[in-house]
Amino acid sequence: MRRVVGAIVRKDLLVELRTGEAVPTMVLFSLSTFVLFHFALDRDTVEGDLAAGVLWVTLLFAAVLAIGRLFVAEREQGGFDGFLLAPVDRTAMLAAKALVLLCFLVAVELVAVPAFAILLLGPSAWGVLPELIAVLALADVGVALIGTLVGALGVQARARELIVPIIVLPLLIPVVIAAARATSPLLLETGAEALPGRWLGVLALYDLVFGLVALAIFDFLLEE
Amino acid sequence: MFGRGLKFLSILTVVLVIGAFALVFFYAPNDADQGFVQKIFYLHVPLAIVALAGFVAGGVYGLRYLRSGDNAHDLRSYVAIHLSLILAVGALITGSIWARASWGHWWVWDEPTLVAFLIVFLLYACYQPLRFSIEDRERQARYAAVFAVVAGAFVPVNFMAVRFAQAAVTHPRVLDSSDSMPGEMALTFLLCLAAMALLFVTLWKYELASKHASIRLRQLRRQLAGDDDALLAVPRSAAPQEL
Repeated sequence: MRRVVGAIVRKDLLVELRTGEAVPTMVLFSLSTFVLFHFALDRDTVEGDLAAGVLWVTLLFAAVLAIGRLFVAEREQGGFDGFLLAPVDRTAMLAAKALVLLCFLVAVELVAVPAFAILLLGPSAWGVLPELIAVLALADVGVALIGTLVGALGVQARARELIVPIIVLPLLIPVVIAAARATSPLLLETGAEALPGRWLGVLALYDLVFGLVALAIFDFLLEE
Repeated sequence: MFGRGLKFLSILTVVLVIGAFALVFFYAPNDADQGFVQKIFYLHVPLAIVALAGFVAGGVYGLRYLRSGDNAHDLRSYVAIHLSLILAVGALITGSIWARASWGHWWVWDEPTLVAFLIVFLLYACYQPLRFSIEDRERQARYAAVFAVVAGAFVPVNFMAVRFAQAAVTHPRVLDSSDSMPGEMALTFLLCLAAMALLFVTLWKYELASKHASIRLRQLRRQLAGDDDALLAVPRSAAPQEL
């Protein structure tokens, strides 16, 4: 199982390194969105609620870009067929794709969050970095799980580009709520407040519930 | 196959729905604060509760389809979600009317139950487009079932997250506060809920019987015609076409 997951993750990351399809697009998209928010809100700096909202909406929309592309190569170039022919556990595909999506998200955030801090954020984010990383990590796991499920669901649909966003965005609303609420006290102009623990709990619960759901039903998405 | 006991169920539903409405208008007292407007609750709350239960039931049948591969479960799941969507529209409209009368706004964002319900509605509104965009019948059924299971699990998680997000809960919590509700109101409400649940089951069974009949009819026609061209004539559809 671990070898299979490792092989798929390696393959996907190698493809990403050579083609640069997902991560650069997502980074550029995030930067454009920050600029867009600057003009749309007509503000030079944001803080608190507004900062958390801008950050999370941007990150989620960027994630939707990757979710739509996650399984396209497998379908168009026969990756699914090869995987189904191989005598391996199908859950490996779920684990591998979720890990790949997680890597993409982390890579994007490594650029997008500092860029956000420089371009838009009023207060300094250095002091709250550990808390911010905890929220980002928990939210990313949830996005990766749901993204893998919906990506696999949408890849067979004819109007893939249309179906994936409208399904994935409502499903991610609890993540936005919990992540934005957890982030906003960290980014206050008047000084960071304590991280609200219950929102981390909600995120963890979300990850747990959809992790179990994904484990239970992902196999059915691969059957031929 | 699906038509058994329909006559009895229909009569029972008609009696119960009429009885429930009679209680609402002639038996339950007017609310002391809100007056007559409050009576929309006897319609709105059962609509919302039954719609959510129907969504979850769609997920349960989806899971059963995945485990058994029986197309009848796919049909049950599809019809349950379809009907629940219709009830959900009703619940949103009646809720909006009540909000306008009581709070003065058609829509209120700081109201967790309303917002959570809207999110669930938006998610399930994607169910039919998803089905429609997958042409292969077997795959359509399987993917729709996966969607139904994920969305069914999403319903309680979403309600919890949204409710957490708003500290001040202003939505009347009908079930929690039934001990503070006068006996007449509680009785009327429970009867309305039962009537709505029964109405849902009856409509569900009618729709199942109708879908089943048209599928059988097409199969028989195909057998009579005896050529494979008729098989290709089945139009693309979001609804299950085979049993």
